[in-house]
Amino acid sequence: MPVNVKLPTILRKHAGGQARVEADGATLRELLEDLETSYPGITKNVLTDDGGLHRFINVYVNDEDVRYLGSLETELKDGDMISILPAVAGG
Amino acid sequence: MSRGFTVEEVQRYARHIILPGVGAEGQRKLLEARVLCIGTGGLGSPVAMYLAAAGVGTIGLVDFDIVDLSNLQRQIAHGTSDVGRPKVESAKDTLVEINPNVEVVTYDTLLSSENAFEVLEPWDVVIDGTDNFPVRYLVNDATQMLGKPLVYGSIYQFEGQATVFLPGQEAPCYRCLFPQPPPPGTVPSCAEGGVFGVLPGIVGTIQATEAIKLITGLGEPLVGRLLILDAMTMDFQTVKLRWDADCPVCGKTPTVTELIDYEQFCGIPSRDE
Repeated sequence: MPVNVKLPTILRKHAGGQARVEADGATLRELLEDLETSYPGITKNVLTDDGGLHRFINVYVNDEDVRYLGSLETELKDGDMISILPAVAGG
Repeated sequence: MSRGFTVEEVQRYARHIILPGVGAEGQRKLLEARVLCIGTGGLGSPVAMYLAAAGVGTIGLVDFDIVDLSNLQRQIAHGTSDVGRPKVESAKDTLVEINPNVEVVTYDTLLSSENAFEVLEPWDVVIDGTDNFPVRYLVNDATQMLGKPLVYGSIYQFEGQATVFLPGQEAPCYRCLFPQPPPPGTVPSCAEGGVFGVLPGIVGTIQATEAIKLITGLGEPLVGRLLILDAMTMDFQTVKLRWDADCPVCGKTPTVTELIDYEQFCGIPSRDE
């Protein structure tokens, strides 16, 4: 079940510069595992060492923060758009 | 009682005064408003310039930096002859040239936990146009504690974020969006990573728009929603920004009730060390 993933600039280097990629997964956790398989290193700054979500990078399924859905166990469906959003501070 | 307009003001603000929704009443609110811009760089430049043009009565500028040649690619309040000058002085000259009716108050200082309440207290609306995490958390916490609206904007390379934090009413703050800053070194600064010069113009103009909407009561403020934009794909997206009942600053039982050491919070050695 392919799901579209929007990548922030900081992660695009792992995906050959692509802004948007496809990945598979029934849950967010599976999707991130699939992303990591396709693009090694891409989830290093998204997941903590013990496998949780960092608190300075948000993941949205469509327009909802996954912290308010099921976090990494959030179920995904065909056509969902995943956005990964890191905290940035430039001004 | 509100004052009337001078002949010059009627001409200067004619396009607002005839604009349905703004009108004379909205323009008068702008003339009476006090807006503080934290930072007069990439974001602060367009914010302050548009607010001056719109006739915001009093504009505060906070910056400790001096103008560098490498700033001019995007920090449009400063010009070539300003290199070496304090940014607040250079920006003040630009604002007064746009609109001499505006009173500009400058703070040539680094905002800190020691001076933040004193600096922020006199203002109606605060604009976050800083370039680092410690001051962003400081400005968030101080505006939450003082009950002042904060118009947030942030950029990185080709990407921007903007939203409005309204204290009270179970509305989210910056800590609800990002409870923790990234570890130092994981997100390069503009100096290290570069920045697309027009990007702060886009995001700063959105911040100025939101400030003017807050002042005039026009439209729907960007509250509880985060605008994310990518200049490369010109993809604009809004996502939900929820209030976190467990937030240490704006949650039900706050645990951070006074300003803290924000450099330590962000894992940066204190300036004294």
